[in-house]
This record gives sequence, structure tokens and C-alpha cells, in this order.
Amino acid sequence: MAEAASKDGGEALLEVRNLKMHFPVTSGIIFQRKIADIKAVDGVSFTIKKGETLGLVGESGCGKTTTGRCILQLYKPTSGDIIFDGQELTSLSGSAMRAMRRQMQVIFQDPYGSLNPRMTCGDIVGEPLTVHKLTANKGEHRDRVTELLQVVGLNPYMADRYPHEFSGGQRQRIGIARALAVNPSFIVCDEPVSALDVSIQAQVINLLEELQDQFGLTYLFIAHDLSVVRHISDRVAVMYLGHIVEVADRIELYDNPLHPYTKALLSAVPIPDPVVEAKRERIILTGDVPSPMNPPEGCVFHTRCPIMIEDCKLWMPELREVSTDHWVACIRVDGYGEPGF
Amino acid sequence: MARLLEVKDLTTHFFTQDGVVKAVDGISYHVDEGEVLGIVGESGCGKSVSALSIMRLVASPPGRTIRGEVIFDGEDILKLDDSEMRRIRGNRIAMVFQEPMTSLNPVLTIGRQLTETLELHQGMNKTQARDRAAELLRLVGISDSERRLKDYPHQFSGGMRQRVMIAMALSCNPRLIIADEPTTALDVTIQAQILELMQELAREFGTAMVIITHNLGVVARYASRVVVMYAGKIIETGSAQDIYHNSKHPYTLGLLGSVPRLDAVEREKLEAIEGLPPDLIDLPPGCSFAPRCRFAYERCSQETPVLERVGDGHESACWRSSELTELARAAG
Repeated sequence: MAEAASKDGGEALLEVRNLKMHFPVTSGIIFQRKIADIKAVDGVSFTIKKGETLGLVGESGCGKTTTGRCILQLYKPTSGDIIFDGQELTSLSGSAMRAMRRQMQVIFQDPYGSLNPRMTCGDIVGEPLTVHKLTANKGEHRDRVTELLQVVGLNPYMADRYPHEFSGGQRQRIGIARALAVNPSFIVCDEPVSALDVSIQAQVINLLEELQDQFGLTYLFIAHDLSVVRHISDRVAVMYLGHIVEVADRIELYDNPLHPYTKALLSAVPIPDPVVEAKRERIILTGDVPSPMNPPEGCVFHTRCPIMIEDCKLWMPELREVSTDHWVACIRVDGYGEPGF
Repeated sequence: MARLLEVKDLTTHFFTQDGVVKAVDGISYHVDEGEVLGIVGESGCGKSVSALSIMRLVASPPGRTIRGEVIFDGEDILKLDDSEMRRIRGNRIAMVFQEPMTSLNPVLTIGRQLTETLELHQGMNKTQARDRAAELLRLVGISDSERRLKDYPHQFSGGMRQRVMIAMALSCNPRLIIADEPTTALDVTIQAQILELMQELAREFGTAMVIITHNLGVVARYASRVVVMYAGKIIETGSAQDIYHNSKHPYTLGLLGSVPRLDAVEREKLEAIEGLPPDLIDLPPGCSFAPRCRFAYERCSQETPVLERVGDGHESACWRSSELTELARAAG
């Protein structure tokens, strides 16, 4: 399962093996007792090749953001391995990890909360340069900040402005410039366009694609909007309640979805075309996503699954490769449980 | 079909210290009995304020509806006094708001919030109202409804709360439901549940619906006619078919080019609209979209275009609407 989804021989930049992140739920004021675990991520494995974009899609609370933060070691994972460029990250010391962060950066969802309101745009973009001592003197520092702002399509004279003077799309550009400052090879894009209006969203998506070509970046693109994820990614992983249930190439996933959750998710996304919409088949799931504190026994999706059988309540199926590079975690994909199987 | 609602030259401005915000600037549209109208636009285009103006819920000061008529079922509801308006609001026109988290009162039970409207508008007594409330919850797919009436909003999930909002909107059998971004805060599988439910119920009871959203996909799926707004004005209106396949306004074309389509086979670069929406206090002269428009020419920054007929039931406010199809083709 570790090699889940590594594609035709390309060199892997990031490998995640059986990652688990359980948050303790405590009770009591002075003597805190652990009463339960929130299994935000519960055994996730995938590989991202150099220069590739892997999309991670799922609904709120499915653990996609937690996965991204575990990779960056912003959370200490409960168990599992994260191998970046041949190095195991979970065992690195604080200083070694800080050095490693030059290679891996993040762009956050909220362009309002992720920029310090008391720092100017130039200071925000320049801070990583100072932290990692990447520029020799003030002049060089200023030149680099100017260059970064230009790369993301902002005017260098904006360096003296504060975040509140920028629009949402411009702020997201500042966040991107800050991530690029240290010349990383890998960027976790955590819902980078969800807070933006449609026309601005397209500008930022195009910018991310251009930067990938220009600097040979590798992305983990986390989002809940399947149309956006499918647009930008080479491969897409679908998450549900802490588990990856399907991984496939962007075209294969749309043309031939196998997991019942993927099918429902695809059918739930409306397509901006009334003619196409009128003809589409809809799978409407019933109920809500169960709480990760108390996930269902067996397959986590069985409570909402339209093709559930008794065996689904017994165990959580592992991801298996059903055709080249198409991985799915469902026991029913090849007719299991049907008469005559 | 008979006209149910007719909005004529509706204008709502906000008078602030920084200047006059022209949030809704002379919009006119209509809704027929039993039809679903979609209003699309990006944040700040005035789509929500236009709905609030119809319901007369714009906070005043600073906001004021300074001009226009809203003819509902033959009478201009902007001219009604407050007590008459209260008989319409929630009773004959109901509204579903965007945030299921904040539009329910957290300190009242769901039952109390549902029965309040019933007692007020329908003159039911407590027992009748409670029975009807339980029936409404069942109707929107909440099981164990008798018991859930005693629950508080925090005991419901986001999708469930939005179902409660819909139950509340339906409670007095309104003729028109205005849904302002009813599913924006919800996950996509829950969004599908809620929208299907609304459509089903609207069909069953013959209720007309106005769906206000920024999601072009939602409109394509549920609306038969579409109004596109930009900077406080309606810039194009027509059947869903016209808007999506034969648009005569560069902004609509731009919006459609900006969204990645789930069913796209080839990965094409998105045609983003450059620049930012204008400041509603300080609108550019002429067409508000001109500074961002690929096809703008001299006249666009001098004269403001008005909605003109470009086809059957299809209107566009663009000086170049007649040549737009060729211009867009030439530009690729």
C-alpha cells in the first residue's frame, strides 16, 4: 500500500506511509483525562512525484488539512512515516526540521487570517529570507522582495502597504510570494482559492500553474471543490473520514470512478451548463458525515453507502490497485457480494 | 404564467461616511408563478441587498431604498406600512438565509422558532402549531421530529439547520421563497441534498423561488431563467440556455470562462477576468465593467449601457452585444 499511486517510474519527492493523526479529547479541569480520540487521519498513504500535482479532495472534517499539516510537521503525527526527498521527517530534530522547511512551504486558505496585519507586505514576503539568512545585505534583500512581488503579479511599490489595503486575491498573492521566497521544491496549497470570488479564483489558479512550470514546483493541492482540484491536479486522491478511498489520474477519476463515495461526490458537483445538467444522473447521499470521534465500525462510508452489504460493516478495506494507477478502497468494486460472484 | 413579483427600477444606496455606496442601482426583473429564477454575481455585486430590499430588511440607517417599486401579487409592497409588511414577510414571501449557523436563535428551541411564525401568521394555537411544526420537520427529512423540536440549534449539524430554515420558510405556504446563498456554507453532498429538497418541495407546493448564488453550476442545474449582476446593476438576463450558451455580455462570458468545469476533457488555461471589481462608492464612468473588459472601446468608458433586447426574453447591457459573439470567437 505504501507505493499506492506512485506513477510510472517517476522519482518520488514525497512518500507518506500509513499516516495517523489522532487528537486526544480530554475531560476535567485540573486532572485532564483522555476520554476519546478524534481520528482525524487514520492510515493514509500516498506518493507524490517530482513536478507533479496531487489533489486531495474531500468534505469538511475528512482530514485533508490535517494530512497537509502533518506533512509539514506542524502537527506531530501519532504514527506513520513521511519521507521527503529520501529523509524521514518524523524523527528530525527541531533545527533540522527548520532547515527542511526551506524545501517545503505552505499557502493557507484564509487570506485574511494568514497575514500579520501589523507587518507590511514587503516585511511579510521578506521574513523567510531573514529567518533562513538567504540574503547578504539590505540591498539584496530589497531586490529579492521586489523580484518576488513581480513574480506573483504585484507591483513592487505595494511593498510598503499593509494587508488590509489589499483585496482577497492580492493577499493570496502575498501568501504565494512568501511561500516562494525560500525557493522551495514542494508547496502544500491548503484551499488556496476557496475564499475567493470566481473571477479572482481563476487568476490565482492560473498563477499557481505558471509558477509550477517556471520553478518546477511539486504541489499537494488540498480543496473541497472537485472541479478546481481536477483542473489543477495530475492525480486526485479522494478522502472520507480520515481515509483515502480512491486515487486515480484526473481523467480516469472522472471517466471511471469506482468508489461509491467518489461517484456521489462527482454527481453532486453541478456543472455550469444547463444542457449537460439536465441529462446528468444524480446520486444523492443521505445523512451527514459521522463524527471522527466515533467513526463507524468497518468501512467508514457504509452508513451512507448506497451499495452497502453486511460485509462492509466488518472491516475497513485497504486501497488496492484495480487497474494501472487506479487505487480504490471498496470491497464491492469488482462485484463482490453480488449473486454469482 | 402569471406575474408573481415584479421589481421595477429598485435602487438601494448606503449613506456612509466615506460616501454613497450604490449597492443596488436601478434593477428590474420579474418572477412568474411557480418558476425558479437564479440571480448570479460575485461578492459585492448587490445580489443580497436586492433581496433584502424586497423584504424591506435593509438596515436603515445607513441603507435606504430610494427609488423603485416591488409589485407582489398586484400591490407595491414598498408602499405598505410596517404592520402590513409583517403580514407578507415570512407568510407570503419567505426567505432562506446563507448562514444556517447564525440565522437561527441559539437560545430558543427549534420548536419554538417554528411555532412562532405559525401562531403569528396562521393564528394556530399551541398544540396545532406544534403538530404542524413536527410535520414540517418530517417534510424536510428530519427523523424523530417530535423529539427534535425540543432541541436547540447547536444540536443540529449545518445541513440539518439549513433544513430547519427551509421548514421555517415553508411553514406558512408562501407563494415565493427567496433563498440567499442557501448552500454556500455546506459541503457539496449536503448542498445537493438541500437543493434537491427545495426543488422538490417548490414543485409540490407550486412555490416560486429566487435562488441567489455565486455558483454558476447551481444556477445551471436548478434555474430556468437567470439574472446576472455586476456592481449593483443587472448586466444580462435571459433563459438559462441563452446565458450559458449564447451570452451577449463580456462579464457573463468571463465568468463562464473562469470556472473550471468538472467535465472538461482537456486541461485548458482558465480565462480569468483581469483586475478587480470596482469600488461601489466610486464607480468608473460609463460601463462599470469597462476597465476589466477585453472588448471595451471608447464609448464604454463614456456612456453607461442599458439593458437592451438581444433575443426572445434575453437582454444585455453592453454596447457591443450584437458583435460580441464574433469578437469572442476572434479573441479565441
